[in-house]
Parts: sequence; C-alpha cells; structure tokens
Amino acid sequence: MSERNTTITPSTSRSTKPPWLTVLVLMLSQAFTTGLAEAAEEYRTVSVADPYLEMRTGPGRGYPKFYVVNRGETVEIIMRKTDWFKVRAPNGKEGWVDRDQMELTLQPGGREIKFAQADREDFTDARWEAGVMAGDFGGANVISLYGGYSLNPNVSIEVWGSQILGNFSNGWMGSVNLTHETWPDWRISPFFTMGTGLIHTEPKSTIIQGEDRTDQIAHVGVGFRFYASRRFILRAEYKSYVVFTSRDENEEVEEWKAGFAFFF
Amino acid sequence: MESRFRILFLALAMIVLSGCAATKGLFGLGAKESASLPAEAPEPEQIIDPQVERREIKEPAIDAEDFEVGAFVGIMSIEDFGSDVVYGARIAYHITEGFFVEGSVGQTEAGLTSFEVLSGGAPLLSDSDREFTYYNLNLGYNILPGEVFIGESRAYNTSLYVIAGLGSTRFAGDDRFTVNFGAGYRFLLTDSVALHIDFRDHLFDIDLLGEEKTVHNLEGHLGVTVFF
Repeated sequence: MSERNTTITPSTSRSTKPPWLTVLVLMLSQAFTTGLAEAAEEYRTVSVADPYLEMRTGPGRGYPKFYVVNRGETVEIIMRKTDWFKVRAPNGKEGWVDRDQMELTLQPGGREIKFAQADREDFTDARWEAGVMAGDFGGANVISLYGGYSLNPNVSIEVWGSQILGNFSNGWMGSVNLTHETWPDWRISPFFTMGTGLIHTEPKSTIIQGEDRTDQIAHVGVGFRFYASRRFILRAEYKSYVVFTSRDENEEVEEWKAGFAFFF
Repeated sequence: MESRFRILFLALAMIVLSGCAATKGLFGLGAKESASLPAEAPEPEQIIDPQVERREIKEPAIDAEDFEVGAFVGIMSIEDFGSDVVYGARIAYHITEGFFVEGSVGQTEAGLTSFEVLSGGAPLLSDSDREFTYYNLNLGYNILPGEVFIGESRAYNTSLYVIAGLGSTRFAGDDRFTVNFGAGYRFLLTDSVALHIDFRDHLFDIDLLGEEKTVHNLEGHLGVTVFF
C-alpha cells in the first residue's frame, strides 16, 4: 500500500493521516513485505518496444489506466498475479500491465520475451494435474481429490482420495489408477481408467448394527477431460467398482462424478 | 553487434593493407599480388584479439503471487444449537483474474438447544459430539473487483467475490455431506496482504431431532491472508 501511494501522489504529506494508521501501515508493510522484497531485490528489466506501455492501478481489465511508459524506456517487473505484471517505471511509478502488452517488450539483449501461459498444448503435454470431483457413489455422496502424473501424453498415473457420505454409512477410499487417453490432443479427450485401492466404511452413529470394515477394491472406468481455458479442465467420469468383501459375495458399486482440475 | 563487425572489418583492412605493403616492399610483386590477396584473408585473431566478454545475463525470476493462505475468526450459528466463535484456515489459488479455487477448514462448538435449556434434562450430545468441524472445496469468482479510497492519498484494491462448493462437516458423531455458498469481500492492504470479510451458509441433512431435515448453518468471519 505504502509503495503505491507514494508513487501515485508522491507529494502528499503524511501528516494528514491519523498516527495510528501510519503505525499500523508501517508495521504491516514491514512485517509482510520487507522480507519478501529483500529476498528478491533485483528485478527483471524489460524495455518498451511498442509505442507505449499502459499501466493500470490494479491487476484486472477494469482498473483505470493511469500512466503510460514510452517506447525505449525500461521497466522493472516486480511481481506477477495471474496474467498481470506489476512494473516500475524509471521515475518510480508502479502499475499493472497485462501479459499481452508485456510480450511486446524486449529483454536487455534486445530479444523478444515470452511469459509462461498455459494453453491447449500444455493440456496435452503438461506433466502434473490436480483436481476436485464430486458425485454419486452407489447412492451416497462422494467428494474426491486427485493428483496425476503423465508418463507420456497418453498414459498417466493418478492417486485418489475420496470421502463417501451416505445415509447409512460414511467412509473413505484411496486408490491408484492408470489412465489411458487415446486422443490426448482433442479438446474433449476421452479416457479409460483402471485401478485398485482400499475402501473403509463405518455405519452412521444413528444405526446400531454394523461394524467398521476395510476392504480392497478394484475398478474400471471411462470419462473425458475437457479443456476449458488456461490451466482449467472440466472432467467427468464413470467408474465401476468391485469391493472384495470378507463375506461370500463381492459387492459391485457404480460411481458417477464430475468436477474440475488444473494442470501445471 | 555493430562494434564487433567494425572491429572485424578494421582488422581485415589492416591485414590486407599491411600485407600489400609487405609483399610490395619485399618481393616487388606489387600490383599483381595485391589483387589476389583479399581472397586469402588471413586469420584476423593473430593481430587483434577482440576480448569481447559475453555478458552472462542471469535473469531474476518474476515473483508470481497466485497462492493465498490465511486464517479467519468469526461467528457461526448452528441451527438448533446456538452460535459460537468459529476459527479456521484457508488456502486459495488464483487461476485467472476472475476465478480462484479455495479450500478451507473451520471449527466451532455447538451450544445447547432451547429444549435442553428449558427441560434441564440430559444433554442430547456428548461434549465431543458438540464439536463442529468442517472442510470444503470451493470455486470462487471475483464478481466486483474495484478500488476504494481512504482520504485523498490512499487507494486500495478490493474485490467482492462469490464462492460455492462442497465439503464435509463432522458434527454429532457423523460426517455429513455439506454444500456451502457465500460471498466475501477482499481488501488488499498491500499487494501481498489482504483482509477478508466472508458470509457463508453451510447446508446439510441431519436426523438428530427426529425427522431428517436440511439445516442452514450461517457463518460470518474476518480473515487475513498473505499472497505468495
């Protein structure tokens, strides 16, 4: 806060503010920003190659433009928030510039600059993926978190953790999957999956009979991943589980889930 | 680049000229030789070795601050069980300037129902069952980003956001599938520190008091988060 205000209105006297506010501001800015600023005192510098670079007061398309850096001048990149960069002009003015404009600047050697942005290619090639899904597990609600690692564009390994919340019993489930995408470059990319894991169920406290159980499970499933935008994926899937119970016959459970994920 | 070429050409010119002079003086071959000499172009390094040091540019990394982590404290009302202090923690990842995903955990304690107070009889729940803990995973959207001004010289970035998500609540001895939604206001003290005011409704089904019903548990809290 202090940074920005001194840059926008450097001449304003500090005496107009109540003293406690100044103290609070100083304490907060010292506590939180100096440590970070000291660690990264040296900022990356780029020079403006387009006729001008527009600075906004905040990291968003609606914030007003308040300053323009001219061609040939250099700016320091202080931080990045999503696709917005906070830059400092030679005269100390600080503002936010979007990625599209930043890509028109030049590095010190005169080379062009690229800032990482996720796109369709990353959707196919990205190594890591994590997501949240929810749905129906044999009549009960299920909430799942998963993380995946791609061995190649087609095959990935996933680790899942789920909480199952039913009318009669609750439980959790952990599993390891192997997923195969036949057409990983399609925007809607179908996949097949199979895996194994453990399921733990405990009857609800309002139900007297029944005891806790932990059983092994195996499953096969199909689903699709849909590239929404940037790092975002929408995902839906169906899995058919076999629970290897200690009783005479095994249980079969169907699961439907949908959710979102992002890759990195 | 330009200066390097200049050095190269100067060196070349010097060699050619000195070569011409030398051959002309020594062997008297003069005009004939000088025509073919430029093609030979002896190595220029022998005479001038331009010690151009390549600048090792180690570019400082750009500090990306898309994660937000913090704690909150507030009041939560548990339907039928009164209100108490709630506290918890949250982590968020900002995917775009609009969307973010958020996970939060919180804890509060259920009080006595009106019936328990009036009848003075045995409590409905044990003390451990009165603990109310929840977690949820939400998707949020910054619906009204903006700026606020305090006095003449200070401007702060803010955002009104809405969130909705799913989670689980442990209360009265069971885990309960919980839907929650709400709205919040983020006030950025600096680019890295934010204050939050949040209001949320946690809904789940419970059959503790006879028939099963959906309960609304309203929560309001104040929080501080740090971006990293």
